[in-house]
Formats: sequence, structure tokens, C-alpha cells
Amino acid sequence: MSAQFPLWEVFVRSKRGLAHNHVGSLRAPDAELALRNARDVYTRRQEGVSIWVVPAASIVASSPDEKDSFFDPAGDKPYRHPTFYDVPEGLTHI
Amino acid sequence: MGSEKALEEQFQACIDADSRIEPRDWMPEGYRKTLIRQIAQHAHSEIIGMQPEGNWITRAPTLRRKCILVAKVQDEAGHGLYLYSAAETLGADRDDLLDMLHTGRQKYSTIFNYPTTCWADVAAIGWLVDGAAIMNQVPLTRCSYGPYARAMTRVCKEESFHQRQGYESMTALANGTPRQREMAQRALDRWWWPALMMFGPSDSESPNSAQSMAWGIKRFSNDELRQRFVDATVPQAHHIGLEVPDPALRHDGEHWISGEIDWAEFYAVMRGDGPCNRERIATRVQAHDEGAWVRTAAAAYAAKQTARKAAAA
Repeated sequence: MSAQFPLWEVFVRSKRGLAHNHVGSLRAPDAELALRNARDVYTRRQEGVSIWVVPAASIVASSPDEKDSFFDPAGDKPYRHPTFYDVPEGLTHI
Repeated sequence: MGSEKALEEQFQACIDADSRIEPRDWMPEGYRKTLIRQIAQHAHSEIIGMQPEGNWITRAPTLRRKCILVAKVQDEAGHGLYLYSAAETLGADRDDLLDMLHTGRQKYSTIFNYPTTCWADVAAIGWLVDGAAIMNQVPLTRCSYGPYARAMTRVCKEESFHQRQGYESMTALANGTPRQREMAQRALDRWWWPALMMFGPSDSESPNSAQSMAWGIKRFSNDELRQRFVDATVPQAHHIGLEVPDPALRHDGEHWISGEIDWAEFYAVMRGDGPCNRERIATRVQAHDEGAWVRTAAAAYAAKQTARKAAAA
């Protein structure tokens, strides 16, 4: 093989009502073969009802180097969680 | 961005907190290299491991056994793929890894250099070789490197049937005619010691173990895992009336203690002097070369379709 086939990330919906989850990756020359190979590699035991294959090169990811600063804005806002608030004892449904 | 030392401390703190390292995180070069080597050798073992069993697909005694064997060998191919993918997340090149396998610069498990001369060997492989592999792999599902751990989780889930079908097949032989029973016993005689060797050299002879433990790649020592395997497997042999080929084997009240392993044999097979080393690599290289036109054709077709789409747009 002169050049390697492109890399595809594989996402599988395990059953209706659930979201697709990332399960792994594979190399394939085109989308059609990527789908077929994903079926053979990742759903040999009926693990899925739907598969997405995405060219790995198309994924834009946050950088782990800036994980602190990138996610910092949420760090000091505990009031976004219900547990931040005091509720009088004995009350329910709130 | 901190200094290298600060990064290394951060890295070790992540491991010590039993968290996971992910592909784009900073990691020491030694960690990356150790993992690439280990994952690649693991991947190579999966795909070379297809050969001894594949040898019996056309001669399986019943359709049921044949279906099972095909499914198992197909699983091994899939496990190889999960592992090559995991190695790639560390920056390894898949073609390079295969090239290193083909040219003998990277190894695979010594166990696959033994021949399958009889159907009972296929049963023994499922029971003992997959049994030993599971013992090794279950702790790896908690390995500090995320993609390797996740691949191991899939592998372990799929592999549990491999061991069971082997034991079931061995049980059928052990309960069969006197000749079948003898086949089963002889297969156990052939595979017992090589299976124990799968856990690698004794702790005292395993120089990289301590570092791998500190990095959270390894969770238990070779000898610990080997002992667990012996404790689990000896009663299984006895249960079907087979004898473990170890005259020194004894029970000390808590554990089954086996005799000395012939490490000279282990190192000889590792060096390339096992019964099937050359045959395994030659078969692998032949399959790779003979598949080249399929890969070329698939790439040409993909290029043509892309060009057509571009022209139509």
C-alpha cells in the first residue's frame, strides 16, 4: 500500500432512544467501506442499531494543554447546580 | 505551560489518583514507547493467533464447532484492529508496526509458535491460552492509558466465550471414547507449560515490571497472575478427569504450587527457535502481500469517486 487509508472515528447507537457513542476507530478508503468495516469490527454481537463514521481529520477538539483555562469559567459558578441552594427541611417536590 | 519536570509531576499525579491518560495529554517518552511496544505486540499476538486455530476451520468435527471456531478467529482479527487503533492514538504508524512484525523487529506471544497438530489442540488453546490471556487482560482494563483500557474492555467481553467454548470442547473429548480422552490429555500435556510461560519471565527476571507498575500500565506481577491462573485451572482439569503434566504440582492448603518452568524453552522460542516461528511470519507476510491488490484497488476506487464528485460539483 502506497499511502495509508484515512482514519475514521466510529460511533454506535446501541439502541433506539440512546445517543451514538464513540466506540473506536478504523482505517478505510472511503465512507462506504468505513461503514461496512465498522459493522464487522464493532457490531458483531448486535451492539448497535445505527453507526456513524466520521473522518478523524474532520474532528475539531479542544486542546488538553489548555484544559484548565478553557474550562475555568464554569469552575466558580456552583450556583448553576441545584445543590447550591438551601431548602427548608421537610419540604418536598422542590 | 510548565517545565518538563512540572509536566511529569502532573502526569504522575494523574496516574496516582487512578485517573486516565488520554491521547493528546503530555506523557513521558518512555511511557509512550513502552505502551506502543506493548500494545503493538499485543496486536501482533491477536492476528498471529488466528493461524494455529484457523488451521482447523475446514476440519472442525461438526458444523457447530466450525461456526464457533470461525467466530472466535474473526474475533481475534477484530481484537488486533482495536489494538492497532489504540497504538495509533500514541502516534505509531500502523504500516510501520506491521512492517516490524514482518521483519521480526517486534515480537508476539511465544505461545503462537506451537503447532496445532490435532483437533484437541484447538480445544486446549481456547481453554488454556485464552484463559491465560483473560487473566492477563482483565487488569489491563484498568490500565492508565485510556484507549488501551477501553480496547481491553471490549476484548475481555468478547473473549470470555473463547475460554468457555474451549473448555466445553475439551470436556466433550474427556467424556468421549478412550481415544478421545487420550487426545484431550495429550493436548493438555502439550499446552500446559507453554500456557504458564505466557505470563512472562519471573518477577526477578522482568526488569521493566517496576516501571510499568509505577506508570499504572501493569497492575499485578507476572508471577501473581500466573499463580491465579494455576489456581483457577488445576481444578478445571481435575473436574474433567485430566491430569496436569507437572509431577511437582502440589496444594499447600491455599494455592496450587507448580514445579519449575523450563525457561530455556521460553527464551529459545522467543529467539525464533520455536516449532513454528518461521512459518507464522511467512504466512502472515504472504497474506499481506497477496492482499496488496485489494488495498490498491480500494484506494483507486475511492480516488475515482472523489474525483467524479468534485467534477460534478
